[in-house]
Amino acid sequence: MARGSARRSSLPLGLVLPASLALGLALGYPLVRQVVLSLQEFGLAQQFGQAPEWIGLGNYRELLGNGELWPVVLRTVAFCFVNAGLTFAIGLGLALLMTRMSKVTRVLTQCGLLLAWAMPVVAAMTVWQFLFDTEYGVVNWLLTALGGDFDGHSWLLDPWSFFFVATLVVVWMSVPFVAFTLYAALTQVPEDVVEAAQIDGAGARQRFVHVVLPSIRPVLLVVVLLQVIWDLRVFTQIYTLQKAGGVSKDTNLLGTYVYTLGIKGGDFGMAAAAAMFMLLLTVVLTAPYVRMMLRQEREA
Amino acid sequence: MARRTSLPVRVGADLVGILVFLACVFPVYWMVSRSFLPRNRIKGEDPVFVPTGGTLDNYRRVFSDGSFTDALVTSLTVTLLTVAVALLFAFLAAVAVSRFRFRGRRTFILTLLVIQMIPAEALFISQYKMLDGMGLLNSVIGLTIVYVASVLPFTVWTLRGFVDGVPRELEEAAMMDGCSRTQAFFKVTLPLLAPGLVATGVFGFIQAWNEFTLAVVVMTDQSKETLPVWLVAFTDSRSRGVDWGAIMASSTLITIPVIIFFLVVQRRMVSGITAGAVKG
Repeated sequence: MARGSARRSSLPLGLVLPASLALGLALGYPLVRQVVLSLQEFGLAQQFGQAPEWIGLGNYRELLGNGELWPVVLRTVAFCFVNAGLTFAIGLGLALLMTRMSKVTRVLTQCGLLLAWAMPVVAAMTVWQFLFDTEYGVVNWLLTALGGDFDGHSWLLDPWSFFFVATLVVVWMSVPFVAFTLYAALTQVPEDVVEAAQIDGAGARQRFVHVVLPSIRPVLLVVVLLQVIWDLRVFTQIYTLQKAGGVSKDTNLLGTYVYTLGIKGGDFGMAAAAAMFMLLLTVVLTAPYVRMMLRQEREA
Repeated sequence: MARRTSLPVRVGADLVGILVFLACVFPVYWMVSRSFLPRNRIKGEDPVFVPTGGTLDNYRRVFSDGSFTDALVTSLTVTLLTVAVALLFAFLAAVAVSRFRFRGRRTFILTLLVIQMIPAEALFISQYKMLDGMGLLNSVIGLTIVYVASVLPFTVWTLRGFVDGVPRELEEAAMMDGCSRTQAFFKVTLPLLAPGLVATGVFGFIQAWNEFTLAVVVMTDQSKETLPVWLVAFTDSRSRGVDWGAIMASSTLITIPVIIFFLVVQRRMVSGITAGAVKG
């Protein structure tokens, strides 16, 4: 647009100013503050007015040295990959099946997915807690009726079954977005190209790998990366399950670990250092995505 | 991809579809139906799958001590404030990015992109310290500040798409007819943006209404809880014996506005999220 730049008007800068200030105040400043905080001794004494002491990389050294951080980081990454993987696989499978369903079933399926997607996370958590409740949960009732010994079984006391429940809820809530997005992408695949491939003798698998997959690739990429980002930062589900009487030793992911160190434990220096690891992990895992978008923005 | 599908494939797909439907709907069904069941039937030997007759007792207990209503007021205030401020700021920024070329434009866009990647969970410690220093812990203003920042990037993205969608020629035509640039914008472009503003506002509403992490960090005082924080605390109060009926009733109440809003924007939901991400 020539007009705006010709006048060298300050209007556009004024227009982005409020948004920039808001982001700078609520995200930019805390980010800087967090780096500083992570280099300071900032515990209970400092909460009560004592000046924070510079300890350089002391917090980082302690985090890495006390053997608590690595298991949490590994658990976070594993949880992220398992959940993102399952969500993606189920979502893609469902999207493909939706192209083959009769219209009635497809609408029905989409209504169900929409409902699960719309559910606020805390409401979903209470319902799933109820379903898996030790005494009144319908899951225990069903498994007992099927001949298992689940009377009074407690799902949240063992880390493995704790994460089984957490995964179930996270996947349940995340599949709809993936299924809808990929289904929308699949409906955009040009039909004549697929038909041409069929006439040329390509089987179903070949058509999928060589025609359908390449044409939905950009969407696939975005969906996978969004899912990784979202599953890396899972907090609410773990927090509520821990509150509901689940074990909190061995079930912390990075988000709840930072919370426990800082907000609960009052050691803000250590918590800030641990949060820096989370930032780092996010940057590492999303770098390809960001690079892709930077490239697109440059071309635009 | 609407090719002819062979019968066995279609039947198989239909079966899976029905199973998925049931898996999606059952928890929601369980929540709503339990919310109308009296206590003794919730805690009966066998679960009641198809309840007949119901009671509003659970809902009465939710409202009994006034804490739900307090949380409702807090949630509504924070959410509406967030949506109003974010929409205004994002709208101005979207117009700038879409209608002008200026120094720093690309930096601004790229910053938004990168910010979208930063998880709230990685920053809440220092946000907590900041609000603490400003005396804004347990305050609606404090929570709104961090909420606005967390919905802004997405809001700017989405609105930018809508502003891009209004042809500049329309504005220019109005200017030919004697409108000033400002008049042309307010009389021609703004009305055309109304649906976009509504949709974007609804996204922001859903996000702020559902948000838990920052709320539990910032609103530590029981009287300042938002609905999600209240619900988790309510579920956690094991000492009274878990009152599943009332928990399901309050969960239902929290879910209703979201479902309604979701139906309003569902068509834009899919394209919205990925467009911001894909298009850049």
